[in-house]
Amino acid sequence: MDNTTLARATMGTSLGFHIVFAVLGVGLPLLMSVAEGLALWRRDEAWMALARRWSRAFGILFAVGAVSGTVLSFELGLLWPRFMAFSGAIFGLPFSAEGFAFFIEAIFLGLYLYGWDRLSPVKHWLTSIPIALSGAASSVFVVMANAWMNTPAGFRLGPDGQLAQVDPVAAALNPSTATEDPHMLVSAYVVTGFLVAAVYAAGLLRGRNDIFHRRGLASGMAMAAIAIVLAGITGDSSARFVYGAQPAKFAALEGIYQTQRGAPLHIGGIPIDAQHRVLFAIEIPKALSFLATFDPNAEVRGLDSFPAADRPNPVLVHLSFDGMVGLGLLLGFLAAAFWLIAIRRRSLPTRRALLLGLVVAGPASVAAMESGWFVTEFGRQPWIVYGIMRTSQAATTAPALGLTFAIFIAIYAGLAITTARLLLMLAARNRGAAAGHGNIPEAGRIS
Amino acid sequence: MSSAELVAGILWLALTAYAVLAGADFGGGVWDLFASGPRASQQRSAVAEAMGPVWEANHVWLIFMITGLFTAFPVTFGVLGLALYLPFTMAMVGIVLRGASFAFRAHGSDAVGPLSPWGVVFGVASIVTPFFLGTAAAAVASGSIHAPGGQLASGFLAGWTTPLAVVTGLFALSMCAYLAATYLMVENEDRPALLADFRRRAIAAALTSGVLAMLSLAISFSEGPRLLQSLTGRGLPLFVLALLNGPLALWAVWRSRPRIARVAVAGQVVLVLWAWAVGQWPYLVPPDLTISATAAPPATLSAMLIVTTIGGLILLPSLWLLFRVFKARNPQPAVEK
Repeated sequence: MDNTTLARATMGTSLGFHIVFAVLGVGLPLLMSVAEGLALWRRDEAWMALARRWSRAFGILFAVGAVSGTVLSFELGLLWPRFMAFSGAIFGLPFSAEGFAFFIEAIFLGLYLYGWDRLSPVKHWLTSIPIALSGAASSVFVVMANAWMNTPAGFRLGPDGQLAQVDPVAAALNPSTATEDPHMLVSAYVVTGFLVAAVYAAGLLRGRNDIFHRRGLASGMAMAAIAIVLAGITGDSSARFVYGAQPAKFAALEGIYQTQRGAPLHIGGIPIDAQHRVLFAIEIPKALSFLATFDPNAEVRGLDSFPAADRPNPVLVHLSFDGMVGLGLLLGFLAAAFWLIAIRRRSLPTRRALLLGLVVAGPASVAAMESGWFVTEFGRQPWIVYGIMRTSQAATTAPALGLTFAIFIAIYAGLAITTARLLLMLAARNRGAAAGHGNIPEAGRIS
Repeated sequence: MSSAELVAGILWLALTAYAVLAGADFGGGVWDLFASGPRASQQRSAVAEAMGPVWEANHVWLIFMITGLFTAFPVTFGVLGLALYLPFTMAMVGIVLRGASFAFRAHGSDAVGPLSPWGVVFGVASIVTPFFLGTAAAAVASGSIHAPGGQLASGFLAGWTTPLAVVTGLFALSMCAYLAATYLMVENEDRPALLADFRRRAIAAALTSGVLAMLSLAISFSEGPRLLQSLTGRGLPLFVLALLNGPLALWAVWRSRPRIARVAVAGQVVLVLWAWAVGQWPYLVPPDLTISATAAPPATLSAMLIVTTIGGLILLPSLWLLFRVFKARNPQPAVEK
């Protein structure tokens, strides 16, 4: 494999690994903060116990997220030195801001994790708020940088191709930021919500019908349900933005080869370059033009209108896009069904099929998020900075990239396995502790 | 002072904070690996207790430095990423494994004890990172990275595979261990047996560091004239202070004055880093990359200074709170439960 491919594989693996921990770093602190707040406000020991359980798990998840995020900041320079030499001055500002957000998150997490016995209960709860805020801020800042790669703005090149003028604020607030940032942020809450719900749904399926499982499930599903609606809205505006700003990506999303008016929507199917069409897809006439512009006869530019060297891979992009949208819709229906049943019955649904669905929904939400990220990244190819710098021009010329790739695959596998094992172990210990103290009352109200 | 120089100074301050704070966390890993004697397990707990609440915040200084470097000095960042690909990759592997294994132990201690494979990983990774960062520092300081016009001209092994670099890497490692041992003396002032353990370790690390420092100076006579010029040129006053401060630090450790020792040893790290920085001013990476020639455009630098000011106003009080709660002389008594 050549250096560009190896660099992309290494960066992609690192990001794909990190993003799972990163979104939990955004979502879990909010759940912890709300649970601890409820515990203090209603003097409710069960909410407090939940907050403590989540904080223990979070101690591990945050650390793995922090170190894998460090790898990414190194890899920007190690794998893409020419990209960074060109772009650093333009889009570095949100990264610097993200550095501060990460600082605040790490500081208050230290206070939160180790401060249970050193801070008064209210002060301890207060330390959770900056964690939740700076987690969200980190996501916002980092995605600004990615948005800039999609719609580079805030600079002017001189006649020699060198940077002539820079406006780092305009770069941070580039056109994609307004749609990409909100979509990533709410997706973080979607994934956290469904993952938390999946853990407790699995416990309920095994007959552990106690107050922790019911509240854990309800908390996760509350976050997931609100966030999935917002993810739909922001995702829709994101796709319509791409129609105007990145036509090649949009054509690949939908497998549109010929430029046409009244373009159809392809659901599923495999785009075949040689035949210039999508095979095995369900076709809905004019639906794509309508979805993109609200005009069923609007023109959609096709892949064929771009030079072959400027086209993304439509198979990857189209299937990732349909995977994200399809899974997102299923998750939305599941969340709606859950709360409809809950409201009608005035208690949490415990139907086996629904709980099984929620267990699957956890990993499915991760798959949806990763697919969405594939769409952004594969859809931007062959550019690392859309229209400005090609990915192949940006990669390092350093030796032994294959070895680095292999080492990181091994490290991520080890970390993933150990993290999963420890979380399962912590859960088992929580159950042991709960069984030992039979005194936690059903209502959770002690004093 | 130009805004580029100001930003370079801020980044060097961040490097200093990383060395003095996170350096000690790596040193803690060293003493975890070499915990020995009847109190081996207490030594390990002392390390874990000292690092627990602060190591993640200490680690962020590195992130701050990396993002600051690529924003303010993108060309230098690109050159360093290319020239030091291998040592930085090794340091990065160490950073990942050190952090993850520490968290696994701290929050899942029943399954992942100090003697499990992850316990060993923690110690070994804590050695790998400072060593390779030290070799990278030697490559920069010795002027071995050539990049006329911002294009890397020297090879992927240049500067960090020399005897000077190896000695500097070992020196960085032993300074980390020295820092950690003196900090641990302070944190265990009321536990005489542990205090004595860490005093012995501090003395060993002090002597090792001293020998390695002399060795690296001796090698740089023939091998790294650039480094020697830096230290004896503009950096001379700081270098002389470092030479005087070294024995003072050792004296404080010897006489078991933990608080003086802590300041003196941290001061030693500060002096060495700033003697290097001032010595090679106005170069970021001698002999080709200067601060002014590789700086980002003024708009980027001013935006960065504004972000740093706002960020700093939030960051510094937060850091103060963190260290007050966990490192104050009389830590707040545990809240009655």
